[in-house]
Amino acid sequence: MNYALLVSKNLGRRKLRTFLMLVAIFIAFLLFAALEAFLHGFNSGENSSAADRLVTVNKINFTMPLPISYVSRIEQVDGVVRATPQSWFGGYYQDPRNVVIMFATDPQAFVDVYPKMRMPDAERDAWIHNRVGLAVGRTVAAKYGWKVGDHIPISSNIFSRADGSHNWEFDVAAIFSSPDDPAREGIVLMSHKYFDETVTFARDTTSMIVFTTTSASRNEAIEKTIDAMFANSPYETSTDTAAAFNKAFVAQLGNIALIITLVVSTAFAAILLIVGNTMAMAVRERTREIGVLKALGFTGPVISLQVIAESLLLALTGALLGLGGAAAILTLARGRIEAYVPGVKVTAPVFAAGIGFALLLGLVTGAIPAWSALRLRIVTALGRN
Amino acid sequence: MGSLVRQAVAIAGMNIRSIPQRFWMSLSTVVAIALVVAVLLAFLAMANGFKKAQSSAGSADIVILTRDGAGAEINSVVSRDQGILVGEGPGIVRDGDQPLVSGELYIVVDGTSRSNGLRANLPLRGISAQGVTLRHNIRIAEGRMFRTGTNEIIAGRGIVREFSGFDVGKTLRLGQSTWTVVGVFEDGGTVRESELWADVGVVQSAFNRLNFFQTFRARLSSPSQFAAFKAYVDADPRLKLSVQTEADYFAEQGSRSGGLISTLGWPLAIIMAIGALAGALNTMYSSVAARGTEIATLRAIGFGGIPTFAGTLAEALALALIGGVVGTIVAALIFQGFTAKTLSANFTSVVFTFQVTPALCVTAVTLALIVGLLGGIFPAIRAARLPIVGMLGEQ
Repeated sequence: MNYALLVSKNLGRRKLRTFLMLVAIFIAFLLFAALEAFLHGFNSGENSSAADRLVTVNKINFTMPLPISYVSRIEQVDGVVRATPQSWFGGYYQDPRNVVIMFATDPQAFVDVYPKMRMPDAERDAWIHNRVGLAVGRTVAAKYGWKVGDHIPISSNIFSRADGSHNWEFDVAAIFSSPDDPAREGIVLMSHKYFDETVTFARDTTSMIVFTTTSASRNEAIEKTIDAMFANSPYETSTDTAAAFNKAFVAQLGNIALIITLVVSTAFAAILLIVGNTMAMAVRERTREIGVLKALGFTGPVISLQVIAESLLLALTGALLGLGGAAAILTLARGRIEAYVPGVKVTAPVFAAGIGFALLLGLVTGAIPAWSALRLRIVTALGRN
Repeated sequence: MGSLVRQAVAIAGMNIRSIPQRFWMSLSTVVAIALVVAVLLAFLAMANGFKKAQSSAGSADIVILTRDGAGAEINSVVSRDQGILVGEGPGIVRDGDQPLVSGELYIVVDGTSRSNGLRANLPLRGISAQGVTLRHNIRIAEGRMFRTGTNEIIAGRGIVREFSGFDVGKTLRLGQSTWTVVGVFEDGGTVRESELWADVGVVQSAFNRLNFFQTFRARLSSPSQFAAFKAYVDADPRLKLSVQTEADYFAEQGSRSGGLISTLGWPLAIIMAIGALAGALNTMYSSVAARGTEIATLRAIGFGGIPTFAGTLAEALALALIGGVVGTIVAALIFQGFTAKTLSANFTSVVFTFQVTPALCVTAVTLALIVGLLGGIFPAIRAARLPIVGMLGEQ
């Protein structure tokens, strides 16, 4: 009889109890992986922003306008490669509740600033040259069933046209994906020319200017140069990296990371107690047996290792099921989740951390029973009833 | 029947008194259930606090007018001319010969969060003396009111607490102009305490929005006037405005995010409850196993199956109740009055406090008891069915 068999026999002796412990472990790791996946989605704007991408907004707040002429003035700053305006349009489709995250931009400059955006060349050219063309992110297109060539109306809850209406007609010119930042697949881009020609106010202004630099190491100097350039003008600016800008925005939703940490630690604390106690009890029940094994010549350390192996096996099995379960559920529900939080994914580091926690859980829950098994004296064990 | 109840009470008492013998196992169940309850209560208190901050801000006799289709104050634009027409509407209260209509500007400015040092959006409301009288609960807690025609700001209590630089006497630069904070106002912890206020005329000129407002607020002589007033606005083609009572407006804003928080909290609590249930089942099965001889003895001396069942169930429910109550107390101690902030529909920060109410505590303890019931029922069935001879012979 080898040790592995002994371990599995021990776990199998009370199947219901083992099953219940597995359920508890499974739940904790399911929560851990799922919540971390959501956190990853929330932070994706911060994580995936290219290090050489910066954002300039009005110093008062990013809802305040900047003159569109700032785009070319920023582009002339030494070290700046390419700049593009991004004006919030306040778009919605058919019903105000169907919010479309839509910006007016300079299409050619936009594709230069975001080189990792993917769309067929023909579609990209069509978008750049069609004044009423839209480039639609993959998830938005999927949500509303839009296809290239579709003619669609989009309304704005901010801007109105000269005739008082809030409706704009567009052609879907391109559908793009964004492998480096899935969040970007949730946006829609229109041409700033069309915007300027049709809106009744805010013409020739933009809410945000995004630009790339020659090297991330020059970012700080460039930020200072730009903000100094516009200081004491009617439109003062605040320039930051895109990552920092996104981080500040997401942080306003609430301290999501803290909430997730609290929930996950609560879940782990609960299973640690449940599994730890159950393991201790399971080993206590075997006192006589352990006495017999010791009497047969099994050494204390060997028996302790067996106990640890048992708890490790239990923790790892539950954890793998939980981590896998979370990944499976999130993959199946991907379409529905992406509409709210793009980029939700069980990442490799989360998976690795999960395995790490499982090992820790196994060691901690096995430690006390292993220790008592190690110290157990044959006389006491066999004498105990 | 009476004897069944007496038997059940006797066994339940015996089981509960013997819990200390299974101390660690029982404790782990109690703690697991307490943790689940605390998490649920935290989410419910958060959702409730957010809803309260919004809903208690609105009155039924005050109407808010925004541009049709704007959805939130920040997207709206209305003109001074429209304000004159609004003042002529039916049911509008007059202050002397002036209709009580307040044209307001809603501008978003940056503030720095005290907790993480990051920039956040804060609303700066340009408001007139009439606008202030439309908010009857407002109280200046520190300093004084801003003076008309000056660059003076008063800050809501929530802003002062969560963002740096808004204490009385501080100055801040917004665009080309410098503003001085002259007072702090309170409004019973509502969403209004997350606003900065300044004179509407000064804000209009500082932000280049002369003759434009974002919203109108007006007081009706009674909430029953709303239908007539709305009909008047809808009928006038110059007023392409949507009308809502302030109460409805805030309730809608509150239910959106508040609903979202509860929809996140419940599934989390239920998933965690399943984990705790696994623990409770384990504890109760082992309790039944440990008491096998005892149960068999009781059965042998004439106690019935039903009292044995009820006794075991009572033990599970007792553990769950302790867990539920402990979790509730801990959550209430930690989270009652806990301040948090999130984004509103206007893309500005809303500061609110968690609100633990008796109704929420009852909900949380109920969840604990459900876990206890499910965790006790199957072990109790086993206890009732234990073969007497087998158990007594086992040792």
